[in-house]
Amino acid sequence: MKKLINNPNDVVKEMIEGLLVAHPSYLRKLDNIDVIVRKDAPVEGKVGLVSGGGSGHEPAHAGYVGYGMLDAACPGAVFTSPTPDQIYEAIKAVDGGKGVLLIIKNYTGDVMNFEMAREMAQMEGIEVDEVIVNDDVAVENSTWTQGRRGIAGTVFVHKIAGAKAQEGASLQEVKRVAEKVIANVRSMGMALTPCTVPAAGKPSFTLAEDEMEIGIGIHGEPGTHREKIKPADEIVEHLMEKIINDLPYKENDEVAVMINGLGATPLMELYIANRKVAEILESKKIKVYKTYVGEFMTSLEMSGFSITLLKLDEELKTLLDAKADTPAFKQL
Amino acid sequence: MVITKNGVLKIVDKIVEVIKENKEYLTQLDAAIGDADHGINLDRGFDAVKQKLTTLPETTDIGTILKTIGMTLVSTVGGASGPLYGTAFMRAGQVVQGKNELSEEDIVKIFEAALDGIKQRGKAEAGDKTMIDSIEPAYKALKDSLENNIALPEALNRAANAAKEGMEYTKNISARKGRASYLGERSIGHLDPGATSAYLMIKSFSDVVNLS
Repeated sequence: MKKLINNPNDVVKEMIEGLLVAHPSYLRKLDNIDVIVRKDAPVEGKVGLVSGGGSGHEPAHAGYVGYGMLDAACPGAVFTSPTPDQIYEAIKAVDGGKGVLLIIKNYTGDVMNFEMAREMAQMEGIEVDEVIVNDDVAVENSTWTQGRRGIAGTVFVHKIAGAKAQEGASLQEVKRVAEKVIANVRSMGMALTPCTVPAAGKPSFTLAEDEMEIGIGIHGEPGTHREKIKPADEIVEHLMEKIINDLPYKENDEVAVMINGLGATPLMELYIANRKVAEILESKKIKVYKTYVGEFMTSLEMSGFSITLLKLDEELKTLLDAKADTPAFKQL
Repeated sequence: MVITKNGVLKIVDKIVEVIKENKEYLTQLDAAIGDADHGINLDRGFDAVKQKLTTLPETTDIGTILKTIGMTLVSTVGGASGPLYGTAFMRAGQVVQGKNELSEEDIVKIFEAALDGIKQRGKAEAGDKTMIDSIEPAYKALKDSLENNIALPEALNRAANAAKEGMEYTKNISARKGRASYLGERSIGHLDPGATSAYLMIKSFSDVVNLS
């Protein structure tokens, strides 16, 4: 393992320290617990938005705490969901009197910990609701699985639910738009190299020099299958076929596109992929309303990327365009 | 035969030690089908348990000890194993509230409460390739043995063997719960890390009772 760290046990703590000194005007940390909140939390008269997950997905999730997006993020240990007490403290810290919405990615541990926290907060009389993001089409929806994973599409949920909450909408309304995004967003990813959890010290799977892993999640877990590496265009075609056919996205649809790097893919390669994504969408007469290229939900130093499409209507377009000002997502 | 409070603490010490010894092994198992942190997370949790138990007053009863272990695991482990094992210990604590020694009946109750808690929290059943695949057969073996008047040490020995068989069975099935479920058929051929850690805990329980 070759990493810019001090001690594997200190990575989350030291990352948070660095994050806070980098963004003092946006973020603060709750005392004695790893919860990052908006500097001005709780915002009176606004639904509080809480998300989180394991660390190692930076800039997710703390990078999206700020105006027009999240009110709090709970970073767990690397790739491990936060604990209920962390989430409970986050809920209490951001409740501005209109209730709190939890944005959860569909992983067993995340769902269980967030739901335990929700029960704790509800016992305190705080109104709490939740949405579960499951945008990853790599995993077949069957009776054999607990549904799909939540990956980079979650960032669109943060953005759009965040914009709605910023308008002063009710908890019910914020939840409704979050669910609308979840119903219309689909993603899929692939990896060229695995990643190493610092405390584990070695990669969670291995790939030969000429192999790639298709359908990976964002936790260094193996994907759905592996094959010989192909040119970028062919990889994009494969992912896009699965994504487009899933919803399905059709002629005359308007979409937002997110090309998400997993931590070690140069922007150059992400743009190469985006070029092909745009070409495929054009050939299918699907209009691109807005494109985001960069690192939004990473997987440590994994090399690879994911593609996300979000089908838009007028309401979602307005909310997507609304102002957001956070350390990692600015739309002014 | 009864297990005293001291006996319970010895069992917990053994679990802490065995989880530490198997930290890398559990993490390796998890790397194959999950996200490579099961051993790391459990070890972090049981380290916290060890520290927390030293702060409890001498007079603390077994129910409170078990509940404290459960709450410590929930608030330090994270992931899926935190709430699952945390719920198991908390539920086990509830059924022996106020007791300073455990009868054979109490031990059956503890296993039953822990198993039910895990099933409810994880919404899983036997055959899903989870910790239930080792805990449920262990519970059944323990209950059957004690009902047939087999002495506690041997009954626990049989429970540990049943847990081991259950753990080994997880190698042959595909996962339907947790991150491993996303691999589908690709999870076949790998032991479930949760079933393995559950076996290690049950084996620790049996070992301590058999040695004392």
